[in-house]
Amino acid sequence: MKITYPHMGNACIAIEAMLQKLKLEVIPPPPISKKTLEIGVKHCPEFACMPLKITMGNFIEALDRGADTILMAGGWGPCRFGYYAQVERDILSDLGYSFEMVILEAPDSRVSELFRQLQALGQNVSIWEAFKALKFAWHKLQVVEELEKKISYVHPRALDKRKAENIYDQALREIKETQDKEEIDQLGISCLASLDQLALRAEEPLRIGLVGEIYTVLEPMANFRIICCLGRLSVEVDNSIYISDWLNDHLLGGLVKKSHRRELVKCAGPYLNYFVGGHGLETVGSTVSYAHQNYDGVIQLGPLTCMPEIVAQSVLKRVSSEEGIPCMTLYFDEHAGAAGIQTRLEAFTDMLRRKKLAKAAMY
Amino acid sequence: MKTVGMPRGLFYYYYYPWYKTFFNDLGARVILSSPTTRITIDQGINKAVDETCFPIKVYFGHVQELCQYDLDYLFVPRIVSIEARSYICPKFMGVPDMIRASFSSLPPLIDITIDLSRSQRSFKEELYKTGQLFSKSRRRIKAAEEHSSQELKYCQTIAAQGYTMAEAIDIWEGQELTSTWDSDLCIGVLGHGYSLYDQTISLDIIGRLRKMGCRVVLPEVLPGERVENEAATMPKRIFWTLGRKMVGSAFSMEKMPEIDGIIYVACFGCGPDSFIGEIIERKLKGKPYMMLVIDEHTGEGGLVTRLEAFCDMLRRRRRQKIEDNLPAYG
Repeated sequence: MKITYPHMGNACIAIEAMLQKLKLEVIPPPPISKKTLEIGVKHCPEFACMPLKITMGNFIEALDRGADTILMAGGWGPCRFGYYAQVERDILSDLGYSFEMVILEAPDSRVSELFRQLQALGQNVSIWEAFKALKFAWHKLQVVEELEKKISYVHPRALDKRKAENIYDQALREIKETQDKEEIDQLGISCLASLDQLALRAEEPLRIGLVGEIYTVLEPMANFRIICCLGRLSVEVDNSIYISDWLNDHLLGGLVKKSHRRELVKCAGPYLNYFVGGHGLETVGSTVSYAHQNYDGVIQLGPLTCMPEIVAQSVLKRVSSEEGIPCMTLYFDEHAGAAGIQTRLEAFTDMLRRKKLAKAAMY
Repeated sequence: MKTVGMPRGLFYYYYYPWYKTFFNDLGARVILSSPTTRITIDQGINKAVDETCFPIKVYFGHVQELCQYDLDYLFVPRIVSIEARSYICPKFMGVPDMIRASFSSLPPLIDITIDLSRSQRSFKEELYKTGQLFSKSRRRIKAAEEHSSQELKYCQTIAAQGYTMAEAIDIWEGQELTSTWDSDLCIGVLGHGYSLYDQTISLDIIGRLRKMGCRVVLPEVLPGERVENEAATMPKRIFWTLGRKMVGSAFSMEKMPEIDGIIYVACFGCGPDSFIGEIIERKLKGKPYMMLVIDEHTGEGGLVTRLEAFCDMLRRRRRQKIEDNLPAYG
């Protein structure tokens, strides 16, 4: 069995670690490229959302490299993601690929169910080994996310931005290859230390909160590396979504660490009082929360025609005027051009800077 | 007498008899917005965000129209789910919040949550709360609810005779419609009721097909149980109520020999339909199938041409079948 999985930002580091510990032969899809998207667009329904097209491209590229099993997540709506695997399986079969699809359905807040699904997936592993595989992957994820948080602080402030990016990319590559827990910790610590040694600007950067649909926020290839672009414009980006938070809230039932979800739901209350699927409610809640924390602005990301984000976007108009926080929505599909996005980001940050200066002059 | 405004959009086409009977029985007057026109559409486009789907924009247009009247309440329910373990669409779940965020002066909203995905109880409670706005008597509210369900069933039996839901509602309201259509073709037409039965949104696809000599078969005509059974052949249960109904209807229609072809009408940007249309297209092997995607820019001419071409193709296919018993494509 040669297993493959879809890419989503740095999640591949954890997923690959877990699958290897389950004693599976892993054939990762090649990094997402323009070609990946082109393949996906060619075979997917025209106005489906972009994550479907990219993951489709991932699967085709991986199957072409010899994978014969696909690992995919499921769900029970109302967001379209819950039916991704079904549609993809039909399309791939019609294309003539022979493969098996393993779909991890989100358990109804029962963690043991998840272990059992993982154990069934693995090659002759005990439930204890399945647990250990998950724990190891979780550990890797924690280290990676710590680095993500650090780079989002250092990058906008660093004088030599390229150097910061290189240190971070290098560390991620090394962590990905490492199978030993202690070594991973060492790599994390040394990366943090070298980032700390970089010379920083004295001026405080703008602070922008990033909200929206999880895939588009986390996958740099789906959002034209927006976090990096903003960092180069000297804007500190706070990401409202991390994979570990999402796993903790939705798969592990809030077992592993304290969940912020309840707070966000409370923040969203006056504007959006109901779960609308996907990340719609979190988008609104996080925006309100950023306003309370005096952030300079919020950028909402989503794939074009994303239903929950459209609801959130409609509501954000009101949040923006009542809470006094500038919001911009960017939708992505296969036609978006990098230069257009860059221009919009520059215009938005210029506007925020002017606003900040005007505010400072008033006092 | 208290007045309740009701937009003529979205689930109006499935539940209007229910809504109207309920409010009337409790002594309220229902004021319905006028049928969709270009003005409704333009007003809706102005108010809603660009990315929403066409039916939601039209709904906003209807709300805008109702805002001109002096209303005691505006009825914009949050329809989460109308059956167990299924949803309609995320946008339906956020409609009252989207409306609140987009309109500055609104009459008080009745935004009850209709969620039958887990149990009936919370829904009954919401209904009772709504009823209390008009009547203190719990018995009267309960009676109104029962009466409403009967009226809805009656209206559905009218639709089962081959009328569209919009026509069925007219008949239910006491209008007389003639139902003699000359036809030599029979076409199954699928789509969400709120886009299909709104003559302006769908550019009157059904009326046009009838004029072209087609008998139109709609999902409401098919027995619900058969539709469910056909939909259950999918490996994973489809968790959108309307999507499942459409897939089940398409599979049922494929097995009906009198149906010559199937047309699916979807609105651009409809999340569920981007998948449902694809699923039907892939599974439907035995019958000609056409998917029409419409939005606010649709030009009538293009649509008419496609309908005519589809009908011509079906007619030719049938002639050829009689002549040499071969399908046109093979």
